[in-house]
Amino acid sequence: MSTGTVENLSALPLGQRGRVIGFDLPPEHRQRLLEMGLTVGAEFQVVRFAPLGDPIDIKVRGYHLSLRKHDAAGVQIVRL
Amino acid sequence: MSAPSQAGLPSATRGAVRHVAIAGNPNCGKTTIFNALTGMRQKVGNYPGVTVEKKTGHFFGSHGEAMELLDLPGSYSLQVRSPDEAVARDVLLSRQPDTPRPDMVICVVDASNLERNLYLVAQMLELQIPVVVALNMVDVAEKNGVVIDLMALREKLGVPVIPMVATKGVGFIELRQAVSRSPLPPPPVCAQMPIVLEREVMALAKALHVAPEVARGEALLLLTLHDQALEEVAHHERPVIDATLEAQKRLRLAGIDPLSAPVEARYEWIGQICAAVTHKGGLFDAQSVSDRLDGWLTHRVWGWVAFLGIMALMFIFIFSVAQYPMDWIDSGTAAVSDWVKDMLPDSDLRGLLTDGVIAGVGGVVIFLPQILVLFFFLGILEDTGYMARAAFIMDRLMSKVGLHGKSFIPMLSSLACAIPGIMATRTIENRKDRLVTILVAPLMSCSARLPVYAIMIAVLLPVASSLQKAGIMLSMYLVGLFAAFGMAWVFKKTLLRGETPMLLLEMPPYRMPSFASVILRMWERGLIFLKRAGTVILALSIILWALATFPKPADPEATPAEAIAQSFAGRMGHAIEPLIKPLGYDWKIGIGLIGSFAAREVFVSTMSIVYNVESDDENTEPLRDTMSAERHADGTPVFTPLVCLGLMVFYVLAMQCISTVAVVRRETNSWRWPLFQIAYMTSLAWLGAFIVYQGGRLLGWQ
Repeated sequence: MSTGTVENLSALPLGQRGRVIGFDLPPEHRQRLLEMGLTVGAEFQVVRFAPLGDPIDIKVRGYHLSLRKHDAAGVQIVRL
Repeated sequence: MSAPSQAGLPSATRGAVRHVAIAGNPNCGKTTIFNALTGMRQKVGNYPGVTVEKKTGHFFGSHGEAMELLDLPGSYSLQVRSPDEAVARDVLLSRQPDTPRPDMVICVVDASNLERNLYLVAQMLELQIPVVVALNMVDVAEKNGVVIDLMALREKLGVPVIPMVATKGVGFIELRQAVSRSPLPPPPVCAQMPIVLEREVMALAKALHVAPEVARGEALLLLTLHDQALEEVAHHERPVIDATLEAQKRLRLAGIDPLSAPVEARYEWIGQICAAVTHKGGLFDAQSVSDRLDGWLTHRVWGWVAFLGIMALMFIFIFSVAQYPMDWIDSGTAAVSDWVKDMLPDSDLRGLLTDGVIAGVGGVVIFLPQILVLFFFLGILEDTGYMARAAFIMDRLMSKVGLHGKSFIPMLSSLACAIPGIMATRTIENRKDRLVTILVAPLMSCSARLPVYAIMIAVLLPVASSLQKAGIMLSMYLVGLFAAFGMAWVFKKTLLRGETPMLLLEMPPYRMPSFASVILRMWERGLIFLKRAGTVILALSIILWALATFPKPADPEATPAEAIAQSFAGRMGHAIEPLIKPLGYDWKIGIGLIGSFAAREVFVSTMSIVYNVESDDENTEPLRDTMSAERHADGTPVFTPLVCLGLMVFYVLAMQCISTVAVVRRETNSWRWPLFQIAYMTSLAWLGAFIVYQGGRLLGWQ
């Protein structure tokens, strides 16, 4: 889908934009993320980290969604 | 082939009242619209068999037609993950007993968050149910630079779309008109599913024994369930489940993931709609006020400062503001009790009324101000959007014991009173996490423990400085805190073991709270507490009164202390003496433990009766002196420092609160959990007191 290197969402720095290209998560977790709008092809931006570094707050489809680094590690992305 | 069901009936045969349901994502303003439409004509109950609240209200259409409005629990999707979401789905699929399938659904959509909000609309449309979209917060959307082409949106969705600003009362006339219009043709099926998937859906729909109009929606929902959830489906026969599993297998072979394909198809469709109907700037617009606020409120340093400040403020308010009405209630109860004493001659009936009924009811009502203030604050935190930030900030710490950030607020609330805390666990989707939070919440030191701490500190250190007192008090709070988190960790590792659930937290933009709805919700919750807990407490207070009163002493001249000593409670005190002896307690303390079983703060008044002193919460000196002077038969003091400390630790850890038991019973919908909770907490309390007393003695202390 993209020529960039595949990374996972948990490793991104603050302010980084990216696009979802796939998942490495249990099916039910994947489904929940999809339903919250984090679908393959969705673009997002890392907006902030919680004071203790986890969870991550991202902006996707115009709203803020927080998820733990542990789960974010299963979201494959390319940087934009 | 399909069994007749209520859903199959045209609405006319169900009487004149039209059933309308209101649904929407969390934070979309659904409650505001519900309240504005129904005013005070609301009824809060429960769905049968589950703990999900069922809120209904009445309103009138634009021509005066009677309508019943059902508030469906807020959810992001009809894919079920929590009991709340299950109810929403079951009602729409006419699976919920005692609730007819709605004739129409008002789907509230946050215009400033259109894409994700339309997801639920997409699922509703698939259910072939008439939908009216209430496009709320169009003002916020416009402020964010998003203009929505209403005509285009109506055309794309095929249903009425009413622009609204619910907090300012804009759009209600049009909404009523739209709801009054009849009959509404079911909208066409929307998102285009892959052809292979569509074929499987149709095939499965034919095999279902449900009304034809819900068959497709039901089949699609079944096909998108993951294996474990499918195994748990109870309302379909085994062949249906097997057919679903087979269909899923075929789809996977065809390269289609049944769990994600429908979701992606819906978002694909939504994406096309949004592109056609919205005009806005870039995807990542400039920092909003909310974003800038979050820069401070979730900052690495300032975030903590603000967090601690807000929590401290909340508690200062709870303890200062609530104190006045609590004092009024206290003196009011005393006045009523005195009045009854004046009106009636000394008799068992008078005792039953004053010491059983009035004392029991007073003991419940006294905490109402605190509970209401707490609900008020929780409502504000929720409405402003700070609740999500608190969970965001605390999540990392909570994850250490296997819980997530959403468990934090219930545990914090329990520092004032476990009841609002336990009722606040409803926002936790994961059932096991919610149970763990409910189980440990009463370990947090609530305000009812304060009188017990106060008297025991007074006995322990009669001339303590306030700093020493505060130090001991604080250590008791810490004991409770560590016990709560420790037990949460234990439960997550053993009894309620489960993989760490996924945390998906929406951080809604900050908003001004609506005081009217905060007050209304506070009132609803307060009433629920009074009704559910009140009846149980009343019954138990009467039982405890009887235990402390009967049998009557043979000698009519007996003092109250002698009377209670030979009552059932006194005998029970003697009976449990071997059990509590290792803690350093005698049978008199045993009476105190039994007497305060229903409400821990009763300990002080029970001990006053036991030691036959005139004493109450405000004036504990006589009781303190008597307790300090109390000696065992061999002349050694009863209340040694170790006994005092051990007793405090016992009260930190013991359940001793029947209101909480009643609320846990209601929230878990069974007696199993509250009984388990009493058992484990009492054991923990015994163990704690044992360690303090025996451990202290081993170290050579008194």
